[in-house]
Amino acid sequence: MKKSTSTCDRTGLIDLYFLEHRAKLIDIGAFLDRLNRADAPGNPEDFRIKAFQKASAILTDESPDKAKRILEVFSDHTPDLADSAPLSKGAAGAAQEEVK
Amino acid sequence: MKFIDPHIHPSSRTTDDYERMALSGCVAITEPAFWAGFDRDSARGFYDYFRQLTEYEPRRAGQYGIKHYTWICINPKEADDPQFAREVMAIFSEFLDKPNVLGIGEIGLNKNTKNELTILEEQIELAAQYNQMILVHTPHLEDKLKGTRLIMDALENNGKIDPQRVMIDHAEEHTVGEILDRGFWAGLTIYPNTKCTPQRAADILEIHGTERIWVNSAADWGPSDPLAVPKCGVELKRRGHSDELVTKVIFDNPQTFLSQNERFTL
Ligand SMILES: [Zn+2]
Repeated sequence: MKKSTSTCDRTGLIDLYFLEHRAKLIDIGAFLDRLNRADAPGNPEDFRIKAFQKASAILTDESPDKAKRILEVFSDHTPDLADSAPLSKGAAGAAQEEVK
Repeated sequence: MKFIDPHIHPSSRTTDDYERMALSGCVAITEPAFWAGFDRDSARGFYDYFRQLTEYEPRRAGQYGIKHYTWICINPKEADDPQFAREVMAIFSEFLDKPNVLGIGEIGLNKNTKNELTILEEQIELAAQYNQMILVHTPHLEDKLKGTRLIMDALENNGKIDPQRVMIDHAEEHTVGEILDRGFWAGLTIYPNTKCTPQRAADILEIHGTERIWVNSAADWGPSDPLAVPKCGVELKRRGHSDELVTKVIFDNPQTFLSQNERFTL
């Protein structure tokens, strides 16, 4: 399979993308602050936020394939199939199963 | 920047979008049959939709010099009602012979249910019987990984499907490698929030190479961008990739895949 890499070096890539992703990181911080201000004490954490926290840890680990591994955290890994779909038919962005 | 958008739903967009696409270099599109955002009340609703895809849209696109091709199917969302789905499948034969129809699509799964899978298998068998190419919709978000594997299993289990004539669309970082390894084509959909950005599509092309991959907008009635394909081209150029590589991704590859049906000409 023919593969190719960007002709930009590491500094070139940082020059291209740093500000955009700096802004995204601040957005995530502000989102978590917003959730904290709205805390409902005693309620179990929402399954989506549990997955979000697990996925966030991938950002700072030492391993590659971060995008792929984050997508896998948000994926349904159950083997079973339901007979039919619920009326809403939508996807939530994270699986309902307990995040381990 | 000459390009083909091989997966877009212009029947749910304005004519202004055709003009903007033409101005940006679009020469052809293919429009798979899909969900309208609500469940249709009868199979007759699909009859009218298929007429729109085979009669009306080619004329509307043609006014801007864009060639319009389409794919016929019952989409995975409405396939969850098997009896209804079979009523719709009964009218396919009337449309598969139309001059702009390239195959069966976009079939696949939505919530990975047994009902959806049953109708998927029946539509795969129909494609085999009529020797049709297949365009696959993979599920959204948390359902994508499991659904993509179920779909590839169903295609392989049929035994009569050539993977080179199957495009598995809406691939992302966690599914693209397996799709290519199993011999299928992979589609990268550039769509806000729920699918790839132009940057991530460019990353995937750098990691997995440019063989058997296309990019598309899947622009429809939701927040989406009919200019997503040329924007991916710009992203590749911004990183210093050659004009040849950009042309291969946004023009040559879709042309190669689609030309397996001799109806596809430019
Ligand atoms: Zn679509």
